[in-house]
Amino acid sequence: MTTQPWRITLRLLRQDWRSGELYLLSAALILTVASITAVGFFTDRVEATMDRQGSELIAADLAVESSSSLPDTFQAESDRMGLVSARTLEFRSVVVADRGPQLVQIKAVDPAYPLRGQLRLRDGFDSPDRTIAAGPPAGEVWVESRLLRLLDIGIGDPLGVGDTQLRIGAILSDEPAQGGGFFNLAPRVLMNRTDLEATQLIGPASRVTHRLLLAGDARTIADIKPWLTARLPPNASLVDAREARPEFAAAVDRAARFLRLATLVTLLVAGAAIALASHRLVERQTDAVAVMRCLGAPRHLLMRVFVLRLVLFGLIASLLGCLLGWLGQAGLVAALSGWFPSDLPSPSLAPILVGVATGMIALLGFAVPPLVQLAKVSPLRALRRDLGTPRTSAALTLAAAGLALSLLIFWQADNFALAWKLLAGVLGALVSLIGAVLLLVRLAGGLAGRSRGVWRLGLAALARRPSGAVLQIAGFGIGILALLLLAVVRVDLLRAWQDSLPVNAPNYFLINIQPHEVEPLRAFLRERDIDENELYPMIRGRLIRIAGREVKPTEYENPRAERLATREFNLSYGEKPQPDNRIVAGDWWPDAKAPPQFSVEQGIAETLGIKLGDELVFWVSGHEVSGPVTSLREVKWDSFNVNFFVSASPALLGNEPATFITSFHLSADRESVIPELTRRFPSVTPLDVDAILKQVRQVIDRGVLAVEYVFLFTLIAGLLVMYAGIQASLEDRRVEHGILRTLGAGRRALLSSLAVEFTAAGLLAGLLASVFAETTGWLLAEQLFELEFSFNPTLWLIGVFGSGLLIGLAGTLATYPLLIRPPLQTLRRAG
Amino acid sequence: MSAPTAQAVSQAIGLGKHVNGPAGGLTILAGLDLEIGAGEAVAILGASGSGKSTLLGLLAGLDDATAGEVWLCGQRIADLDEDGRAELRSGRVGFVFQNFQLLPTLTARENILLPLELTGTAGAVRRADEALERVGLTARAGHYPRQLSGGEQQRVAIARAYAPRPAVLFADEPTGNLDQVTGEHIIDLLLDLRRDAGAALVLVTHDLRLAERCDRRLAMENGRLK
Repeated sequence: MTTQPWRITLRLLRQDWRSGELYLLSAALILTVASITAVGFFTDRVEATMDRQGSELIAADLAVESSSSLPDTFQAESDRMGLVSARTLEFRSVVVADRGPQLVQIKAVDPAYPLRGQLRLRDGFDSPDRTIAAGPPAGEVWVESRLLRLLDIGIGDPLGVGDTQLRIGAILSDEPAQGGGFFNLAPRVLMNRTDLEATQLIGPASRVTHRLLLAGDARTIADIKPWLTARLPPNASLVDAREARPEFAAAVDRAARFLRLATLVTLLVAGAAIALASHRLVERQTDAVAVMRCLGAPRHLLMRVFVLRLVLFGLIASLLGCLLGWLGQAGLVAALSGWFPSDLPSPSLAPILVGVATGMIALLGFAVPPLVQLAKVSPLRALRRDLGTPRTSAALTLAAAGLALSLLIFWQADNFALAWKLLAGVLGALVSLIGAVLLLVRLAGGLAGRSRGVWRLGLAALARRPSGAVLQIAGFGIGILALLLLAVVRVDLLRAWQDSLPVNAPNYFLINIQPHEVEPLRAFLRERDIDENELYPMIRGRLIRIAGREVKPTEYENPRAERLATREFNLSYGEKPQPDNRIVAGDWWPDAKAPPQFSVEQGIAETLGIKLGDELVFWVSGHEVSGPVTSLREVKWDSFNVNFFVSASPALLGNEPATFITSFHLSADRESVIPELTRRFPSVTPLDVDAILKQVRQVIDRGVLAVEYVFLFTLIAGLLVMYAGIQASLEDRRVEHGILRTLGAGRRALLSSLAVEFTAAGLLAGLLASVFAETTGWLLAEQLFELEFSFNPTLWLIGVFGSGLLIGLAGTLATYPLLIRPPLQTLRRAG
Repeated sequence: MSAPTAQAVSQAIGLGKHVNGPAGGLTILAGLDLEIGAGEAVAILGASGSGKSTLLGLLAGLDDATAGEVWLCGQRIADLDEDGRAELRSGRVGFVFQNFQLLPTLTARENILLPLELTGTAGAVRRADEALERVGLTARAGHYPRQLSGGEQQRVAIARAYAPRPAVLFADEPTGNLDQVTGEHIIDLLLDLRRDAGAALVLVTHDLRLAERCDRRLAMENGRLK
């Protein structure tokens, strides 16, 4: 037989579309793809923006840092590749004014500095800040205000720098790349690199940090990285914008996790909508297939037609989804134009491929099993409608959906731990959801037997179609779950995230506090109502042995480990761990008298290969101190509290000479406290981290906004699933209502029974969804985002009763048209 | 068991159908012999539940018999698998159903085109238009089934059944859902087209007047022909 599957496919597809049979399935599929691509396009741009903000922290996209002069080939290669570059040299020195010398941190820069971000300058103590994206001109220095106070000089005065005198041109309020750690910072001085020679400060043995800053488009930056890495001298390292600040990286990482999670939830919910819509499509196509079989269409032809139809439909819907995704992200970017820099990088086209592939996988996984069953429709059904629709094999459905879900989750999550948890969670939730619905449907059946009138009719309607009811309530449940999760994530988790950086997060650090100054300083702060955090002792020490092995920087392949191994650690000691630290392995020491031991931050332990029980030896104040590692801690670097990589028991470091450190929050209107403080405690160095704090807060706020936006897709997917759930039983209902009305059931009675049935289904779905939403929220907060989560009783109230009301109302309204149609018409259509 | 007759388009030999239900076994057809010759119009009469539609399904190869055998267009149905039977029906067998069974998403013309396209018939559109003209619905070619009356829908179904020029047409209560006048028109059309096409017609009905217009009438009672 010569067949024309293409022709038949196209004709059927066109007719399917015209008849509206594919609307629901298209909506679900387009939404899935739109959400994936919108997030894809958007994260592409946001991540690039976030990288750029990270770039502002190092004043470049990439920096090569070295303790000796960098080879000229580096700059030559970056020039060749079209990157912008600037060199800086940073060192400590003494500057001289009439009042005397002062130790400062000097940075000599090219005029192009900073390549990313801007400098903030003031022309007097009380002048407003102005921004500039260039370094000081030759002959001029820009200095921090505390240097002017310490030396009692002003703008326009000369400053002796080595063998030369440079004019103080402005007060340096903020600089993107403050360099080094937070600690031991002397007042900063920014000068032009061409003046360096005249100062005669740099000799061959000087301790100078040389940096070559690079900026350009992301691809070129990525391209030059391996080239540089292969040629890095032993004492040099690459500093990536993302590694610039752990607290910044933590915020970016969390934003990315939230976005990925939002996409996955949309994917899951839309998957349920696709499955429900396919189920309905199959029901509506059964008769047509039976007729085609009667007319002589063999199964293999029907299969080919179905597969072609599905693939074509999938491609069209996926491409439409991509378009919607593109518009979605463009809309968001337009709406947030004030939030992002004007030259937001354009997204790559990769999300389109990802979107189409996701659409096809979702469609094949969720829609193919029921559609395959269509080919099995007996031609006899054309004569005997009582034969019904062929049952979809539960095993095939689960296997295909499970496979598609696993594939998509692992692919999209890009994180094995997250993917596993989510997959296990989804499977667990599905099994318990179906089990619980079956149980509750049985219960409703029991209740129906004991009730009267519309209650009996409504409850019995639920129990009469157990498989339909399971599908429907599971659909409602998933829809409501999506809405509740939205509430949990939007309200609770995102607030927890924002709260992780409280409004009064410390914005000032005080360092170099001498032991004899601890009490007077405490009194000073208390008198001014400044709620200071604990004062922590700080001791400098170099790590020399881990479990008997010498620590040699060259033995570490990881540049971060190498850097850590070369530098001195800031060690602390205390009786208790800091409040925001969490012990993840081992135990903290019981009291101040506990034997010598260490507690190490888990990230650094991993980087340096330190394990629980390892003996650490530090070189502190000219001698060795040692102790075993008895606990590993998790530290919230984005809390802006004082934190240490390595803490020791008081018995180990309590007798070592220490300075103290603290942090506190100071509102903008009270900054005059700082000059007062530096006058009272001249050796104490205050550090203003407000700018960094603001940047991190901005990242969080933008992240929250982005996540909320992405969850809009989840919201629509949730509503779609519920709509699909209502539609799922419409065919059965048509007949039922026709018969009941013919038998004399009044419209009002039927309407009430519908209301009872849908409200009961809504209440059941709401109850189940509330349980899952709270559990998921708790799991996500504790396991994935490491945030505090509190149970929310209003969620339960809204979840259960809101769902009852919403589904009761929506279901009744959706089925109402069946009631206003004359019963004969209804019956005839179903016949 | 006798061999099939060479001229028969459809033949049942010792045909039986037994089903097992929750309330025990039920015999729908038992030891039934039937032969329908080329171009012959046969009416099968009987009360509801007498097994008429089951017989029709078995004769058309839509269902499996539990006893005996069925021959259709010279082929033994039992020798063919599902796809083989579909191929056998394709272009050779037409159907008219009580509920019309038009595809709601296709227009009248497209419904008629469907079997022609399934068989890859050349000039399908022309043939469909001719069939439409023959049933007097040229003006309704672009209408969807829901836009047509019951009688019009059945006329489209008849055009669809005859368009591939089948050897045999099975009609299951074709006037069951129509009023008397419309039913008469439909019967006229069915018989006229049968004559033009030279096809056999197997008509299941409980309408005696309709049965009387066929060449032969067979009554079914308790699963047997009388």
